[in-house]
Amino acid sequence: MNKTSRILITALLCTAAVACSKKVKEVPPADTGPSTAPVTDTGPTTPGAYGPEDLDSDACLRQRVVYFDLDQDALRPEFQAAMACHAKYLRDRPSSRMSLEGNADERGSREYNLGLGERRGNAVSSALQANGGSGAQITVTSYGEERPTCTESNEDCWAKNRRVEIVYTAK
Amino acid sequence: MTRPLRLLASFLALLFPFAAAAQQQGLEIDIIGGNASALPIAVVPMPYQGSGAAPQTDVARVIREDLARSGQFRGLPEQSMVERPTRGSEIQYPTWRLLKQDFLVVGRVVDAGSGSVNIEYELFDVAKQQRLLGFVVPARAGAMRDSAHQIADAIYEKILGVRGAFWTRIAYVTATGSGANSRYALMVADSDGFNPQTVVRSNLPLMSPSWSPDGRKLAYVSFDHNSSSSIYIQDLVTSARERVSSFRGINSAPSFSPDGSRLALSLSRSGNPEIYVMDLGSKALTQVTNQFGIDTEPTWSADGGTLYFTSDRGGRPQIYQASASGGGATRVTFQGSYNASPTVSYDGKKIAVAQGAGNVYRIAMLDRSLGSPRWSTLSPGSLDESPSFAPNASMVLYAAREGSRGVLYAVSADARVRQRLVLADGDVREPAWGPYRQQR
Repeated sequence: MNKTSRILITALLCTAAVACSKKVKEVPPADTGPSTAPVTDTGPTTPGAYGPEDLDSDACLRQRVVYFDLDQDALRPEFQAAMACHAKYLRDRPSSRMSLEGNADERGSREYNLGLGERRGNAVSSALQANGGSGAQITVTSYGEERPTCTESNEDCWAKNRRVEIVYTAK
Repeated sequence: MTRPLRLLASFLALLFPFAAAAQQQGLEIDIIGGNASALPIAVVPMPYQGSGAAPQTDVARVIREDLARSGQFRGLPEQSMVERPTRGSEIQYPTWRLLKQDFLVVGRVVDAGSGSVNIEYELFDVAKQQRLLGFVVPARAGAMRDSAHQIADAIYEKILGVRGAFWTRIAYVTATGSGANSRYALMVADSDGFNPQTVVRSNLPLMSPSWSPDGRKLAYVSFDHNSSSSIYIQDLVTSARERVSSFRGINSAPSFSPDGSRLALSLSRSGNPEIYVMDLGSKALTQVTNQFGIDTEPTWSADGGTLYFTSDRGGRPQIYQASASGGGATRVTFQGSYNASPTVSYDGKKIAVAQGAGNVYRIAMLDRSLGSPRWSTLSPGSLDESPSFAPNASMVLYAAREGSRGVLYAVSADARVRQRLVLADGDVREPAWGPYRQQR
């Protein structure tokens, strides 16, 4: 997907989503990897059940990081497709287990950010369950601001650190 | 800072060239800022008198730096000391009056045999030509910094009428590496950052050190158990540790009650973080808050009756207070859109917090000792956090970011003097100032 169409899709999503009217000005993370692909993916309606090998090959399932806006735990609309396919994986593979690792950026209190990371983990857990995943397969852990992926004090870095990582503990 | 103050600051920076020697210990110390109303005091070098090799510790310098760091005193630089008396009978008062000194400390370090010394010191009021203190302090040669801090405490208390807090320890967390190579350590050091000792190491985050009131134990958060947060209490002498809380969800923000019998903490086992109090004997829990939202960072009033904590029940994090036995909470902070990490002075009159506005977080202090609550800003940084009062409330220790590393600062409660404690490598954060120490 080229840059122009990516911007177009972002713009469309923004027009549709109430979330964009938030007071907080946010720059979306530059590095969402293959995250733009699932927007056009019809993952959940694909016939056939997921298998463990799909975790490495399926473009939607490979999306294992969910990013959040500052001080927010609301799921951004671009992550709905990922929620749907991971929930389908949990349904297709009842023996699978996942850990949702919530994280925050460095600003503000470390202890409060531990709570914020958990809230984000819970938001992803709820979204997965709303898509038919079982809560019994999901564990939420918060690391607060203690495990940054990026250590500079700027908006790009902060956006990358406000995240939930989906970690399959049993495939 | 006003322009004259800034000039004074740069002047003081020249006067206190501590950095070189301190770096040998992996520590860099700068004094930033100055206090025009600070009391001038001359701490004259205390020479070693004995047959063996002289001890490494410069006792007079430790005392001088302690007093200067408090913001209450201005130490006369050594090079300005035209005379070097070592006992009261050698003092020529006109010299010290000419140097505009209010107080004078003289002394000497006398060999007492078998690795021990006696530090003999005297404190004088220059104007009155009167001796205020005169003591012989026995010390082991390897523990002379401890003795020097105790002497600084005695001088501070004699002149100001407030107990000194130099002979205390601080705890903090260091982090090195990133990603899978991250290494964390919980450290304890003297209040000036010297003598750092490792309490525990981990490949996973360590957080939230809290001192027991007797200074013998630290409570902290570790992720070693099942890669999720648990609270441990560790004995600093024996290194024995006990996991006291590992419920589902977050186990964090431990804080010992003033009598040491209870631990306040934040648990999210009910679905969102709430404040609880654990009886350390029975491990029984009392739930203090029950509110949708994040309630965390409990800290005790000196009488053990009240808990101050951070809550975002009103939308954004603010400080609240509640009875330690439960019941309703009242909001304490109304200035600033973000207030968190409360630390309360021993008399309950001052609360320091990390106060945020936009992308700027600074240490702010709410003083309730006057008629109406008054705020002051103690730190000039942009990502300052984790304030912790000294046991006498004269200073606040906090963490700041410089580039991509964390450093610690000690700032006087009047915000006029700051000292930076920088470890040579890695990121330093979450300082906790320990209690007064007891003579054994």
